[in-house]
Amino acid sequence: MDIKPIEPFIFYSSLHLVELTGVRASTLVDLAQHLREVSGSCIYHHTHQFVQQHQYLAPEPANDFACWASDTLGDERLGEALAAIDIMEHPSIRSIREALIKVIEDSLKNRPRLKGIFAPEGEEFDFLKSVSFVFPTGYKATSLEEFADCISRISLNSIYFHMFEARLRLERPTNDFSNWLAASLGEDSLAAKLAQIDPYTQTGEGIRASTLKILNKRIAVLRSAGNGNA
Amino acid sequence: MAMLEKYEPIVGRGVIDELYLLSDRLKNRSIQHINSTAVGGGVAEILNRMVPLLKEIGVNAKWDVIKGGEQFFDITKKIHNALHGMREAITPEMWDVFWKTGEQNSAELECSADIVFIHDPQPIALINQKDARRNKWIWRCHIDISNAQTRVLDVLRGYIVRYDATVFSAPSFAKELPVRQFLISPSIDPLSDKNRDLPQEAIDEVLSFYGIKNDKPMITQISRFDYLKDPIGVIEVYRKVKRYIDCQLVLAGGTAADDPESTEVLQAVRSSAEGDPDIHILLMPHNDIHVNALQRASTVIIQKSIREGFGLTVAEALWKGKPVVASAVGGIPLQIRHKYHGLLCHSIDGAAVAVKQLLQNPEYAQRLGANGREHVRQNFLLTRHLREYLLLFLSLYSTEDIIYI
Repeated sequence: MDIKPIEPFIFYSSLHLVELTGVRASTLVDLAQHLREVSGSCIYHHTHQFVQQHQYLAPEPANDFACWASDTLGDERLGEALAAIDIMEHPSIRSIREALIKVIEDSLKNRPRLKGIFAPEGEEFDFLKSVSFVFPTGYKATSLEEFADCISRISLNSIYFHMFEARLRLERPTNDFSNWLAASLGEDSLAAKLAQIDPYTQTGEGIRASTLKILNKRIAVLRSAGNGNA
Repeated sequence: MAMLEKYEPIVGRGVIDELYLLSDRLKNRSIQHINSTAVGGGVAEILNRMVPLLKEIGVNAKWDVIKGGEQFFDITKKIHNALHGMREAITPEMWDVFWKTGEQNSAELECSADIVFIHDPQPIALINQKDARRNKWIWRCHIDISNAQTRVLDVLRGYIVRYDATVFSAPSFAKELPVRQFLISPSIDPLSDKNRDLPQEAIDEVLSFYGIKNDKPMITQISRFDYLKDPIGVIEVYRKVKRYIDCQLVLAGGTAADDPESTEVLQAVRSSAEGDPDIHILLMPHNDIHVNALQRASTVIIQKSIREGFGLTVAEALWKGKPVVASAVGGIPLQIRHKYHGLLCHSIDGAAVAVKQLLQNPEYAQRLGANGREHVRQNFLLTRHLREYLLLFLSLYSTEDIIYI
């Protein structure tokens, strides 16, 4: 059986420039207030940029809000709650924003003393935002084997772009890899397995290795079943 | 071999390819950097590297320097100090000289590139050419203006707001401005004499030049002798550590010719260190290889600044894989995330505890140092700086947060 995709998978990548917003919080009340008002690009920046900036670290630091609560305000309990927000469960930036606000407001309600904690001068929370520049990498795949080969060679920025930036910033229903595998190759089960990879708790190379492992296993099964053109 | 290719073994092919890809999108744009000096100082140092690299990747870039007499530069020094938060009186007569020199430069220097990139306040008045030219203008502030004298900043603000974009080195330096503000950190060059790999013999030679024996752990701070770098605080840190661990301290740096206070600081440091043969105070002339060797010979590197612009000595130390203890000021928290790439401190006692922890736990120290080196590789090398400048140029032609290029 010769499985040919309907459309090739074009690998894109993105690079980021950080923009300062001038919005600054020195208390948790301020932080929650600003979280309601800042752009989605701010929420994306503070919950994702650290993953790319520290892509070699295991374990990675938590998101910027969690680190500020723990390290600057000294409240590890809130820091832990903010770090525990499962970004994989959220389909949009809007939903992540609501989750962050809820965790902070619940903490302020249950432990009112948190309202009185001020960040030391110079250590306020500065809201930043990511400006993304998206471009094609020149890699494309028309079969599962080519797809796996590209995954082994593309930059980590490209992997991050298709794994979470496309899903959250461009509001696609799932990560791009899973979407293409299901829609173009009919590989629904493989797509579901890739969608389960949590890119927030492993290094960039770890994500690449997990993805390749799943793909190569499927390629081996197809080959042993006599399908030479995986 | 092209200059940029020499960075490939350090940053990887992907990073180099991205730079070529971005430069391709800027093929028809010309860029004109303008600052106030061709030699000396961090801005000239970075432009000396950056402009040839931009040209090499096909960007039509040039670099011009404004002219000014002694009086003008005395005034710009005062403006610089005032923006740093120091008390300086800028009289109306001084402003008059500042703006008149700006007009003269504007008459002589044609700012006709598609993108004019002005560095620091000295050439800020060139923006007066903008209306006639309809090109894009960027103002790059290399100064920590978080505690700037309001009166001085307000005068400049009238000019800053006419730019299309501004660039700052750390989030805390940003001000409320009606123009876009970007965050671009400075960088270190891994191929420069200050940062390139050195053979052990070269390191040993420098230690022997300064009469330092490599027989006990060495704590080092490299900084000019300035109260804001807290050298006396560093001696106190060392003394607290020395009670438990036999170690030596190296305080190395220069004094600034135009800063009479530095001689006073050096004297105070010498008198504080008197009688302890394990404290080495090195008044060094500018010598990048010596700085490199001293950093590489160190067991722990300190940067206990009270205020700091960006503090690139931290990136330099991390690049050498050294465990670093540094104050959480200026741009230092961008370079060190506490307990991941090094240890941040807020006091002499805090710094002493951190240094003890690193000296007592060499494996932990090594892990922090390795993470720190990787952090610098990813985020503080010249190639990242170049990439962000290219992105900045592209951003001038769009107001969106997601730009397809």
